[in-house]
Amino acid sequence: MRRRIGIDVGGTNTDAVLLEDDGVAAAVKTPTTSDVTTGITKALAALVARAPGARTAQAVMIGTTHFTNAVVQRRDLGRVAAVRIGLPSGASLPPFVDWPEDLAELVRAEVVMLEGGHEFDGRPLVPFDARGMRAAARRIREAGITSVAVAAVFSPLNAAGEEEAAAILAEECPGVAVTQSHRLGRIGLLERENAALLNACLIELARKTTRAFTEALRASGIAAPLYLTQNDGTVMLAEVAEAYPVYSFASGPTNSMRGAAFLSKRDEALVVDVGGTTTDIGSLRHGFPREANSVVEIGGVRTLFRMPDLLSLGLGGGTRVAREPLAIGPTSVGYRLTEQALVFGGDVLTVTDVAVAAGLIDLGDRARVAALPKALVDAALTRIRGMIEEGVDRMKTDAGLVPLIAVGGGSFLVPARLAGVSEVLNVPHQAVANAVGAAIAQVSGEVDQIFQDLTREEAIARARRAAEDKAVAAGADRATINVVEVEDLPLAYLPGNSLRTRVRVVGDIAE
Amino acid sequence: MRPVTADEIESLAIGAWILGTGGGGSPYLALLNMRQAYRKGVVCQLMDASELADDDLVAVVSNMGAPLVGQERLTDPKTMALAVTMMEEYLGRKFRALMSLEIGGGNSIQPFMGAAVLDLPVIDGDCMGRAFPEAQMTSFAIHDLRMYPLTLADVRDNAVVVARAASWKWMERISRKACVEVGSIASTCKAPRTGKEIKECAILGSTTKAIGIGRAVQAARRAHRDPIDAVLEVTGGIKLFAGKIHDIARRTTEGFLRGTAAIEGLDDFRGHTFRLAFQNEFAVGWLDDVPRVMTPDLICVVDTVAGDAIGTETLRYGQRVTVLALPAPPILLTPKGIEHVGPRAFGYDLEFRSVFA
Repeated sequence: MRRRIGIDVGGTNTDAVLLEDDGVAAAVKTPTTSDVTTGITKALAALVARAPGARTAQAVMIGTTHFTNAVVQRRDLGRVAAVRIGLPSGASLPPFVDWPEDLAELVRAEVVMLEGGHEFDGRPLVPFDARGMRAAARRIREAGITSVAVAAVFSPLNAAGEEEAAAILAEECPGVAVTQSHRLGRIGLLERENAALLNACLIELARKTTRAFTEALRASGIAAPLYLTQNDGTVMLAEVAEAYPVYSFASGPTNSMRGAAFLSKRDEALVVDVGGTTTDIGSLRHGFPREANSVVEIGGVRTLFRMPDLLSLGLGGGTRVAREPLAIGPTSVGYRLTEQALVFGGDVLTVTDVAVAAGLIDLGDRARVAALPKALVDAALTRIRGMIEEGVDRMKTDAGLVPLIAVGGGSFLVPARLAGVSEVLNVPHQAVANAVGAAIAQVSGEVDQIFQDLTREEAIARARRAAEDKAVAAGADRATINVVEVEDLPLAYLPGNSLRTRVRVVGDIAE
Repeated sequence: MRPVTADEIESLAIGAWILGTGGGGSPYLALLNMRQAYRKGVVCQLMDASELADDDLVAVVSNMGAPLVGQERLTDPKTMALAVTMMEEYLGRKFRALMSLEIGGGNSIQPFMGAAVLDLPVIDGDCMGRAFPEAQMTSFAIHDLRMYPLTLADVRDNAVVVARAASWKWMERISRKACVEVGSIASTCKAPRTGKEIKECAILGSTTKAIGIGRAVQAARRAHRDPIDAVLEVTGGIKLFAGKIHDIARRTTEGFLRGTAAIEGLDDFRGHTFRLAFQNEFAVGWLDDVPRVMTPDLICVVDTVAGDAIGTETLRYGQRVTVLALPAPPILLTPKGIEHVGPRAFGYDLEFRSVFA
């Protein structure tokens, strides 16, 4: 039997599910703890207690918004040296130039700009300043900086500058972590550099977190390999993923939407995911989240990551409700819900208290909200309905009625009937859809290769076959493989009509 | 003459990117340079052409090259200013103001970058009313004004003066060769213009127009109204198609980004296909293989939800886009204008028909 454990570590709850073949065998929801690990250990213990078979799972997939939250909330970020290779070009726009000032202040330890980089046709822009790099590396070591992001002009076409810089850094600064921009992004120097800088400031946290995940798993007596889920709904082995925390930035919403599709067996629908702090509304197309067109900002930093197109509302189970005048949010008590909400003995009126008072859900001590005026409860629910209806309307692509899948721990807040919606789908295990999405994550195969003397169609076809072979080698079922990305870039400077072709495919894990 | 606020530069960046018709390069990096300048206390001045004396000299400037290259070799105000001062040295005369070559894309902001360094005003206008890939595709060329001299500055301290050229096309060929040689990106100062030439032959008021388009988009977003409707209202444009990009082919040749994009229809356009051909900018669009829109009508591709323009270098598989047509400046629609910037100027054997006719 195919057994997989999916875990979602959210800002409020840590959810775990055991998937046996195509069914959810057990699911648990526990509060996220400030150290993250304790929450996972508790969730796994509860899961094993409910389904002892969980111990023999073949794979454990963890999805987490931990790294995104670290950037958004400006916490646990490392200080970073930025090395830009490309002078004399770009001098007026140094690294961090378009970062929010508060975040830049936290992260920016050193900025080094050196001569080097390449032209679009592969010629050097100017010779690489290796001596300057060595001097900078020594300053970086003396300053005690342990993480460096390196970005060179046109490095996706010619990575020699970044590689040489990384080699010098490795010689001069033993143990330093170097993020090379060409590993993370494509053409677009500032956005690629931003991705490398974000990655570099998260790398220490990623290492610690990934190791804590592994320990939590071992402590639970589970021997299966640990995977982290990525933005595109695929997984990477934890020891590889820890070097690329930015690849997991959007994995939370991706998992919840993929989980919603799996649980509802619908491939075309809107999904509303009500969590503890926010409500995310997205759109499923062919079972995958529709991607945002434009540049994506993470904590105010511009990047070119492919992310689900989401509308985030400040509405969740932990959202504070103000009475006079009535206001819903935008702040939330987050994972302190079970201490601070009225029904749990606290003194903060939250959306959960309103839902308990209205009889939408039974949680905590109902008597503690019995005295809430009915007019207040009704007005708050009307306001919440309005927020969801407006959000749904903004995410719709046409005027017709669309089905809406409700998931997340706060899905009880979604009314059964909504304007513009054909039906609200409530499915079993909807509260843990994100953990289900992690458990069904797929494996990918990617080929990025230069082909010569082939037509564009032939080059793409050949790259596609090679990518499929790689995915199968990584454990994918060939029959389920889909192409998710095709990109080709002509290389004018190489002889014989050279075309750099990149194809990425994903498939389900084979049994 | 009036001061330009930092907010107006932000609006200009949005409006100019829409008028860029896919080319001209994203104004984002030029905008970042201006944010840096305004943070240091710079305030640029916008000057109406009527304030020019007939014998004043105006520097017509642009960042020349392939937009893709501009994404890596980031634009710098110093290089822009260098092209202008080189021209002053060559002429032995000072400029009264700077003006944009093309209001579409990043070149809308280039004169402000130069002006911030040189402390000169910027003329409200340009000579394309949009973006075009080549030097002879300007209102000055259509009016048969002199095309030389031209200065070209590279960030590595390479500089070129094109002292004379036999025609606009020769000027384009010679300066393009120099541009490709220095990496397909360079700051240029085109043939200097007198105040009289600006008043008679430039496309005036286009800076204010671009600011207005940007402001309409921003206002629509704040009010949760459709930003695309706002663009159509303020420009008198037409919505041609909406769908999802399902194929994109690009190649960089001779310093240009050429290629095609195919869009599968959604909603009202389901079952139909729209194909776009581009040379830096969108040149022709076919609806189900029948020509539907062609240059010089402005062909703009925008994000269906946000209303942001999408450049030919950032088109991507799966993007949901809307194709708009906006009216071209009248000078481009004259028989002489069509000769310079109509479909045949881009190698398409099509008789020009405006979608607004």
